[in-house]
Amino acid sequence: MTVAVSILPEQQLAVLNAAYRQAVARRRLRLLFGAVIFAAALCLAAFGAEVNLRTLFTHYGNFISYFDRILTLDNGQRVWTDVGEWLWGWRKWLKMLGETVLISYVGTLIGAVFAFCLNFFAAENTSPAPWLRFTVRRLLEFARTVPGIVFAQIFVIAFGLGPMAGVLAIAIHSTGALGKLFSEIVENADMKPVEGVRSTGASWLSCMRFAILPQVTAGYASYALLRFEINVREASVMGFVGAGGIGQELVVAIRKFYYSDVSAILLTIIVTVFIIDISTGWLRGRLFGKEART
Amino acid sequence: MTGPQEIDTAALRARYPDVFDRPASARLAMPAMIVAALAILIYGLVDLDFSPSRFVAGLNQLGWISLMMIPPDPGSSLPVYLKALGETLSIALLGTTLAALFALPVSLLAARNVVPSSILRFPIRRFLDSIRGVDTLIWALVWINVVGLGPFAGVLAIAVSDFGAFGKLFSEAIEGADQKQVEGIRASGGSALHEIRFGLLPQVLPVIAGQVLYFIESNTRSATIIGIVGAGGIGLQLAEQIRVLEWQKVSFLILMILVAVAAIDFVSGKLRFAIIGRRAVA
Repeated sequence: MTVAVSILPEQQLAVLNAAYRQAVARRRLRLLFGAVIFAAALCLAAFGAEVNLRTLFTHYGNFISYFDRILTLDNGQRVWTDVGEWLWGWRKWLKMLGETVLISYVGTLIGAVFAFCLNFFAAENTSPAPWLRFTVRRLLEFARTVPGIVFAQIFVIAFGLGPMAGVLAIAIHSTGALGKLFSEIVENADMKPVEGVRSTGASWLSCMRFAILPQVTAGYASYALLRFEINVREASVMGFVGAGGIGQELVVAIRKFYYSDVSAILLTIIVTVFIIDISTGWLRGRLFGKEART
Repeated sequence: MTGPQEIDTAALRARYPDVFDRPASARLAMPAMIVAALAILIYGLVDLDFSPSRFVAGLNQLGWISLMMIPPDPGSSLPVYLKALGETLSIALLGTTLAALFALPVSLLAARNVVPSSILRFPIRRFLDSIRGVDTLIWALVWINVVGLGPFAGVLAIAVSDFGAFGKLFSEAIEGADQKQVEGIRASGGSALHEIRFGLLPQVLPVIAGQVLYFIESNTRSATIIGIVGAGGIGLQLAEQIRVLEWQKVSFLILMILVAVAAIDFVSGKLRFAIIGRRAVA
């Protein structure tokens, strides 16, 4: 089948062409305007952040040679020629890594429980009173915006050095982050079951338990697992401020220039994060099917 | 109208065996998982030296600290703090932009529809994963060794750690792009570069722009903390004031961070809506 392409008469075409060119020109102008503003912001930022390209270029070799140094053993050999020597402290490091994972597990679980308790008050469709919603939302926002490591630093002073401060810091940060995500799931839930349960004369608590909860648990668990993954990464640096975990070993190794130890600890952290990523991904796939893996 | 019907429980049971007669394994799975989770939790609490007395004492301390934080007061160092905040915002903006610039070409290499060979793609993906596995703070420590203390190290740290994240996100956006337009370009005789420029980029750029804006936002948060290891910005001041127990200044700095993050949230939210429309943000 052939289709004839109709070509408009010259005058009509000229008008359309002009309109098209004008529209394109206007868009280009806007893009240019945006680009100029962005470039100006970048220059301002470069000035503010004391960017010094000369430092970067003169010390660029340092970056490469740093990796060269952390991949070299004390006897001048490459680290992978003598794995036993490279990973000499694996017993200690494994223990610290276990502690790191445990910190993030306990922190995530405590955070998830608090987020679970608070999220029904924060969601628009289930909150019993506007003032309560406002307060809970601000509280969650606060917990989420203040970085976990700042909480950790303050908790180290209050609770003393050790993993307890790390756990509590991660718990608070997770409460904020999960509380927001959980309440968004609740806001997307179908309200018809709630009406059904309420029409039988049920209390607010029963409405939540029998109408909302069955719809949202899968989403909750999926987000909590995702958070656990993120928290493992976060727990790996809690040791920087004395809040337990492998970070302590790492910061000592970096500051004291134990080069091969740095690469060994980094390797163990990366492998652990990989394993956790893969296993939580698998678990989420198992529990909730493929569509819940976001 | 018929009255309330007699409910035939036995028939219902027979009709919906999945609801009424679930196998024991399915019914026990949930409690078993909860018990396991609790067992690990208790083991963790014991192993991590949690004790009620320590907890109560700590809470007590925390109460004192919070009391001492009121009212927030910058003392005489407000100009210093404002400068530090500017530094933090600069770090976030520059770091994210650098990361996006470097990640775009690499993400093309990691996308399945651009590079079909999985032998080439696999190492790039693992490389990006390894970079992401290392926290920003660790990168900051590494960069301090290279360019010295100061905000520049922070910029580079954020750039490197976001490079990993962007590489993954961008390549996912590219894989999600519609192939028909690429085929159209190819059919009209375009080269591989033309396919990317005119077939892929117009589809993925809005998505990428949205992600970059979102990261500028979240990096404002990250940039507040890299100061703790000496990489500039407001975190440096915050860590310092926490160390010397100047709680009023600490609370003022925290307030400053909250306000700054809220402001950036607001601006970038508006920009994101303008770029990709309300629908795509959710």
